[in-house]
Amino acid sequence: MRRDVAIVSWASFETPSEPARNEVEMLLPVIQEALGNVGMTQQDIGFTVSGSSDYLQGFPFAFVGALDAVGAWPPIRESHVEMDGAFALYEAVNVLQEEGIDTALVYAFARPSRGELDRTLALQLDPYAVAPLWPDARGLAGLQAQAMKDSGRYPQLLGAGHEVPPTVVADGAVAVVLAVGDRARELTKTPAWIRGIDHRIEPPALGVRDLTTSASTTAAAAKAGATGVDAAWLHVPYPHQELVLRAALSLVDQPVYSAAGPVMVGGLAQLAAAAAGVAGGKARRAVAHATSGPCLQQNLVAVLEGGDAA
Amino acid sequence: MTAVPEVLVAEHAIEYTYTRSTGPIIGAFLTGLRDKQIKGIRAIDGRVIVPPVEYDPVTSDDLHELVDVGDAGVVTTWSWNATPVAGQPLDRPFAWALVRLDGADTGMLAAVDAGDEAQMHTGMRVRARWADGRVGSIRDLLCFELEGDLA
Repeated sequence: MRRDVAIVSWASFETPSEPARNEVEMLLPVIQEALGNVGMTQQDIGFTVSGSSDYLQGFPFAFVGALDAVGAWPPIRESHVEMDGAFALYEAVNVLQEEGIDTALVYAFARPSRGELDRTLALQLDPYAVAPLWPDARGLAGLQAQAMKDSGRYPQLLGAGHEVPPTVVADGAVAVVLAVGDRARELTKTPAWIRGIDHRIEPPALGVRDLTTSASTTAAAAKAGATGVDAAWLHVPYPHQELVLRAALSLVDQPVYSAAGPVMVGGLAQLAAAAAGVAGGKARRAVAHATSGPCLQQNLVAVLEGGDAA
Repeated sequence: MTAVPEVLVAEHAIEYTYTRSTGPIIGAFLTGLRDKQIKGIRAIDGRVIVPPVEYDPVTSDDLHELVDVGDAGVVTTWSWNATPVAGQPLDRPFAWALVRLDGADTGMLAAVDAGDEAQMHTGMRVRARWADGRVGSIRDLLCFELEGDLA
């Protein structure tokens, strides 16, 4: 990277079901906390980007409404990805490579408790050969778990008690503040520097992929330089996927912190958790991972380090 | 005068008000289903991919060579769906499976009407059950059933 980028602040909120507050009302205190932690307001942010899924709210361009949580005036430089917020962070890191933009706010939100998440996620699949069958997300994850059992490489999954649990349904929001170089050092004594970041995608058709490995994670890890890490924060929507990710990232005996988190939020939340781990001295050099799509279709890998930028 | 207030009711259909062509590859696949013929496509590495894709999953090259495959094949992985939800192929418990059809090299996602989870195992043979009144949709292929099962 031409310009060093660090995570300088973060905040998150998660609950099994948020009955009263809408997405904007969930986001407002989270964004205020993340900005307030480093004495910033939205006016200090050079680029704002979010990750969410309009299918959860059920209408097109629903994400635009969430901008009320950052304020629509004066005009801001802004973007959105229809993915987990971690992939929005990737966009922010790239935008921060441009001179003149030194800070970024990345946020993600979801309130899947209002619908049937297992059905809603089917809308993201191939519209001709797959989505019309309305496959539930848990059922697709089960195809991966069975393929892993059949492979003989995952004896941990054999025997009773390893059924694929229900899809995690949780509501929540997360916000992360990024800054470059000296601006990051001004804002915090403990920036979590992003030493490398990359994301890769595999074919959408499940039958074309080897579901027992994660080629995209391995490729992203190679591009991000994810070696020599002393801890890992993994985004794991279903427990069996941790085994695939451990293998893809060549993790041996490092501590591994896995979480699913709310859909669209969980990946960015794991990047924030890794930043907290690095800033708090829990790890010196950490790998953070986020996924999107069925059976680990898309994977992002970032390497975070504490200490000053080289 | 009745005291019951008049309630206004309006229909609101969420719809996609555009039409688009499914193109020469997906279109051929869907048209084939109408005629009980499943088609795949030959990838750059020689594999036959079913359902067919427009671009090679490895090289991203355009693909053109459609290949007819059988309507029976082998389950390469599966998961039991004990509680079907609205819109799924069957309204009773069934298995999701990737089915590698005879002549194909990849599995396609489908429902298997196995009746009981104990019937399911990787490597089992299944055969397509077709809908009546087919229209050129993936739903023309209702589901798969155990090969030899005359139910």
